[in-house]
Amino acid sequence: MATLSLPSARTKTPRLLRNRAAAKLLLLALLTAVLLPVLNRWGNGTWPHALTVSLDKPLASASDWVIDNRDSHPLFLYFFGHLSNAVVIAVRAVYLTLLTAGWAGVTVFGALLAWRLAGLRLAAGTALAFLACGALGMWVPTMQTLALMVVAVLASVAVGALLGLAAGLSDRLDRALRPVLDTMQVLPAFAYLLPVVLVFGIGVPAAVLATVVYAAPPMARLTALGLRGADPEVLEAVESLGATRRQRLLTARLPLARQELLLGLNQTIMMALSMAVIAAVIGAGGLGDRVYQALASVDVGAALAAGIPLVLLAIVLDRLTSAAGDGTARPRAGGRPRLIAWALTLAGTVAAALAARLLGATEWPAGRTLDIAGPVNRAVDWMTDHLYSGVPVVGGTADWAGHFTTWVLDPVRAGLQGMPWWSVLLVVAALAWPIGTWRTALTAVLAMAATGVLGVWEPSLDTLSQVLAAVAVTLVLGLATGIAAARSARVDRALRPVLDVFQTMPQFVYLIPVVALFGVGRAPAVAAAVVYALPAVVRITAQGLRQVDEAALESARSLGATGRQQLWQVQLPLARRALLLAVNQGVVLVLAVVIIGGLVGGGALGYDVAFGLAQGDLATGLVAGAAIVCLGLMLDRVTQPARHRAGKGA
Amino acid sequence: MRRTAITAAVAALALTTGCGAADMTKQASPFANARGAKTVTLSVQSWVGAQADAAVAQYILEHKLGYRVDTVQVDEVPAWDALSQGRVDALLEDWGHPEQEERYVRRKGTVVSGGGLGVTGHIGWFVPTYLAKRHPDVTDWRNLDKYAPLFRTAESGGKGQLMDGSPSYVTNDKALVKNLGLDYQVVFAGSEAAQITQIKRFAKEKKPFLTYWYAPQWLFEKVPMTEVRLPPHKEGCDADPDKVACGYPHTPLKKYLNADFAKSGGAAAAFLKKFRWTTEDQNEVSLMIAEQKLSPAEAAKKWVDSHPSVWKKWLS
Repeated sequence: MATLSLPSARTKTPRLLRNRAAAKLLLLALLTAVLLPVLNRWGNGTWPHALTVSLDKPLASASDWVIDNRDSHPLFLYFFGHLSNAVVIAVRAVYLTLLTAGWAGVTVFGALLAWRLAGLRLAAGTALAFLACGALGMWVPTMQTLALMVVAVLASVAVGALLGLAAGLSDRLDRALRPVLDTMQVLPAFAYLLPVVLVFGIGVPAAVLATVVYAAPPMARLTALGLRGADPEVLEAVESLGATRRQRLLTARLPLARQELLLGLNQTIMMALSMAVIAAVIGAGGLGDRVYQALASVDVGAALAAGIPLVLLAIVLDRLTSAAGDGTARPRAGGRPRLIAWALTLAGTVAAALAARLLGATEWPAGRTLDIAGPVNRAVDWMTDHLYSGVPVVGGTADWAGHFTTWVLDPVRAGLQGMPWWSVLLVVAALAWPIGTWRTALTAVLAMAATGVLGVWEPSLDTLSQVLAAVAVTLVLGLATGIAAARSARVDRALRPVLDVFQTMPQFVYLIPVVALFGVGRAPAVAAAVVYALPAVVRITAQGLRQVDEAALESARSLGATGRQQLWQVQLPLARRALLLAVNQGVVLVLAVVIIGGLVGGGALGYDVAFGLAQGDLATGLVAGAAIVCLGLMLDRVTQPARHRAGKGA
Repeated sequence: MRRTAITAAVAALALTTGCGAADMTKQASPFANARGAKTVTLSVQSWVGAQADAAVAQYILEHKLGYRVDTVQVDEVPAWDALSQGRVDALLEDWGHPEQEERYVRRKGTVVSGGGLGVTGHIGWFVPTYLAKRHPDVTDWRNLDKYAPLFRTAESGGKGQLMDGSPSYVTNDKALVKNLGLDYQVVFAGSEAAQITQIKRFAKEKKPFLTYWYAPQWLFEKVPMTEVRLPPHKEGCDADPDKVACGYPHTPLKKYLNADFAKSGGAAAAFLKKFRWTTEDQNEVSLMIAEQKLSPAEAAKKWVDSHPSVWKKWLS
């Protein structure tokens, strides 16, 4: 969403790298040759049964214990119960405030706030966005989601900032926290919905807590980054003035980190919003619930009507926070006028709310809604009717899906599942070691092995084959689009809103169109993943190419390089780090929607997690979720050089 | 730093001990009872039949009894849990969950039965009627192997495809295919929405398909389907999930209420206990929701306006 900051290209010489990589691979081959007889003892096929640990029994009894003791055990009565009540009270307070303000009050407040932070254009946009939510007949659900978001974002920011503060001030804590944050990032949200629901039951508290787990890491990372990045000279100057540790923190380090903190806020809001729909699965209500309910009657139009307010909220909040972060906001005067401006904002809101109340119009007028469901459904029907099959020459989408399944997905899966288990681990090591350290490689191998130990080796490889296929498709499309966007400002402008919508549209909305186009199976699962992961890859690629040193390009041009030569020989190699990050983000995002794939016939781990959630089966759901986490860790290590790891989406 | 830590510790202490015990069985939604209205929270399951139950109950609660109604979409098993915690007040269509009944109704007493819904549910394997007309003998499981090539898809790996639906549904299909020795592969559509979309696609092109499906269901009106006879169901023949080799039972669907709500829910609880209608009634509402794309509220209004004799009994 927000601007990306990419580390500059590495200066290590490629040849040295290659030699070292060759040495590592040689060592690995040697090691295997020695170990081969031992490994062979365990069999040459799938993961050996002797090396698995079944968690079914302990997990099932843990789940029973929680359910049986939830109403009586002190842990729940005195801790989780209060936590849950606090969340309910907070969300309720915000919700009632929003309702009291009415649509007029909320719209005016939003517009005034946007005006203060980012100028008139965004103010008009914000007002329009709120009015659109009302016009779509979604005012009350929008307010429910907003209330949930306000509380969840505040909690995430508090948690994230505390963690970030700790990591930013202490090296030891930073090292200890990093793997935790890494794991939180690759953890698919569905996987931990289950334990959260078990403890808190379905509903708002569980949703808020799950959102905090999901949305806090970027805040923590960026806070730490900001604190560490503070200019040492400024710090030294402050120190020489005799400031204490705390004074230094409050007067120098935190203000200097303002930009990172606001970017963290921005990322946290975006991630919290993307969680809003997933939280609907556990009964959080609001817009997500409307999207989810619309699915039950296979009504894309109604799902879209609830999805659009989410997209609008996301775009408005994104622009607001990034405007505050860039400092593109209007120049700030001294303290007093600022206070007056805030007072005016508040007064305007109260005036609007009172006016609406006097006119008896706090609720959105019943007749004033726009019905988009009908036309949208007709459009979707028309599209699928004409594209599904029998299109001359190119064939219909169903044929493509069939071919993709038979020619790409099946061979990849068969290949992975046909390999001896230890050779899969070997390949992982061979990929991870040359680009990272032995630690990276070890983490990757252990993560992959963990799926076997958990007893889900086969489904994990099935999921892996889908992820690889989806990432490949995403990269081909994403790099091509990203290159186009980097080379033409017009393409870039045209793409921006499309990417915004793709990135913020709840994944549930495209579940049905994807099935209608590609049929039930793994192909629509891949399609859904591609739609979700594409925007990030396009953005990172375009940004990376644009940031390529202008001088290098200029000198290439002066040597008479054609456009194509500039691209292949200058821009792409120099943007190597950005491209690697694009690959990494592609992988992480594709994994994040593996569950959605499970909902359209992708099977494997995604289906198991959904099954666990639907049937309250902790053993199946949690093990599958853990396996997805392991796959995520493994793929993350294999695709990302050891140093510099940026926050998710950041 | 130290002062923050102390403050935090004191706050945590106050939170954990100072304000006494928090009751996890009384956990209403933060959106309930806003603006002084009394709220009833209904759980809705993902299939349209359950939506129809909830829509009509909601309409009557709102327009005839003056309640505000919140609906929450949850799958059945989590819905039981929500009932027990008081997050929802009623579950209107339960397809039989003996384990949950044992735990919540008998052992904990936090959930009570709300009587029958009046609709009988049945799960089975179905083929489209146009296919059954072309090949009448496809409707017996013993002939299914002969037709396996007909049902082959890219997903079924050379075998016939038996399409299963949402992970929340009760199914023995994997075991059935294995124990009956059928040359079929169970492909999970993963959600009812996906399954319905796929069935409609197949039907539009008059393609053969074999699917797990259930009655009552509005889709039958759009895509007529014929049931495939499985070995008959006998009491207890599905006791061991691995050894099942018989068809599915006919299940009278039941309602369940939160125990506190049943006791002190007043007119709303009394009404929900009496709520009882027929398969035809339910299908009428379901079809309006799913096919004519009316909102559940509009569909419920239409039905309520045209069937006063049915619902008046629920209020007496």
